[in-house]
Amino acid sequence: MDIAANTGRMVKVEILRQDTQGGNGYWQKFEVPYRHGMNVISVLMEIQKNPVMSNGEKTTPVAWDMNCLEEVCGACSMVINGRPRQSCSTLIDQLTEPVRLEPMKTFPVIRDLQVDRDRMFNALKKVKAWVPIDGTYDLGEGPRMPEGKRQWAYELSKCMTCGVCMEACPNVSEKASFIGPAPLSQVRLFNTHPTGAMIKDERLNAIMGDGGLANCGNSQNCVAACPKGIPLTTSIASLNRATTVQMFRNFFGSDHFVD
Amino acid sequence: MSKDREFLWRRLHSLLGVIPVGLFLAFHLSLNFTAVGGEEAYNEATGVMELFPHSLLLLMEWVIIYIPLMFHAFYGVFIAFTATPNTGRFSTYRNWMFSLQRFTGVFLVIFIAWHIFQTRIQKALGAHVEYDMMADIVANPFMLGFYIVGILSATFHLSNGLWAFLVSWGITQSPQAQKVATYVTNIIFVILSVMGVAAILAFV
Repeated sequence: MDIAANTGRMVKVEILRQDTQGGNGYWQKFEVPYRHGMNVISVLMEIQKNPVMSNGEKTTPVAWDMNCLEEVCGACSMVINGRPRQSCSTLIDQLTEPVRLEPMKTFPVIRDLQVDRDRMFNALKKVKAWVPIDGTYDLGEGPRMPEGKRQWAYELSKCMTCGVCMEACPNVSEKASFIGPAPLSQVRLFNTHPTGAMIKDERLNAIMGDGGLANCGNSQNCVAACPKGIPLTTSIASLNRATTVQMFRNFFGSDHFVD
Repeated sequence: MSKDREFLWRRLHSLLGVIPVGLFLAFHLSLNFTAVGGEEAYNEATGVMELFPHSLLLLMEWVIIYIPLMFHAFYGVFIAFTATPNTGRFSTYRNWMFSLQRFTGVFLVIFIAWHIFQTRIQKALGAHVEYDMMADIVANPFMLGFYIVGILSATFHLSNGLWAFLVSWGITQSPQAQKVATYVTNIIFVILSVMGVAAILAFV
């Protein structure tokens, strides 16, 4: 094989396969010729080209999700050697072998390493993670945002809905209804935006329902796992304060909805 | 549970853990600590409780202790069993605290149920609460061990719960504030633990 001629080194990979949604998982072992600067995705591409296991048996190609290949889209997250992370930005040189790949099982597994992250997108809809500007007439310019605020809000806006924080969180699972860290942090982001803040109370009330903000158990795994370094636990604590105030406003029927 | 009430139940759970349950624990351990001063000092201190009219004492016990404690315990068991501990994959300090909080919580439900049976229910059945009652209990080395683990679980659960309370109500927000709260609550853990263990050893 000419690719292997490079170094002759083979990368040992173990993958948790699953054929159908809800089906049983099973491990398969592969050996892939090493190339300089390889990432996990290039290993998976080699297997796709030549789906043969280490024992010489032929198998089906491994299914996985990917898109941007530069850690901004969030599609290629999987559990690599026990840690949820992006397979595009995880380099083989930084991993111990055998490299063990598993799907993020906190989500429903569609096939092999593909998971269904719908839960997160539905959560973003639930908390209205957008700036409402649609109207029947031109609303004109919105209020200005202070530069200092914009700078830290930018950090929150780096969230790519990759699901790593959800996988890391001990309170997010199919048996629990917790909305999870990523959508919560988006509430803080859009409540910070001067135009977004115009429906601040709606977002706070959305996370004060079942499976909302209060289901956070403060394990702080999310902030440790986030590939973009988003201060998720700070967002959660800040929302805790905002909802404390909102709770009293709701209870006493305050007309101070958004200030 | 009715729809969309979970937020309120969770906040209530957090609040009741500190007020009144946490305050009661601090009071309880302080009262026990008088045993370090000897049998007489302990009997005198606990005897003060006898000065309350019985009906008032019962009312206080239900309102300040049993009802909040039962809600905190049973809702807490529900919270503990909906979690999926993953300290194997994420062995950070906070994740260990998360798991230990749930583990000690479930253990405390068992310990406190036993403790109430052994003391309060025996009192209701006619036993006299005094130094000798506890001395008899901890004369059994297994019981002494069980009580020490129970006391340490309670002091841990309270001090770590206090840390979580500060986050859950939005009092400590920044990582720095939460770090300071970690130090402060750890000091509280040490103080309450020393008091609690010194007290139980005073009965041996």
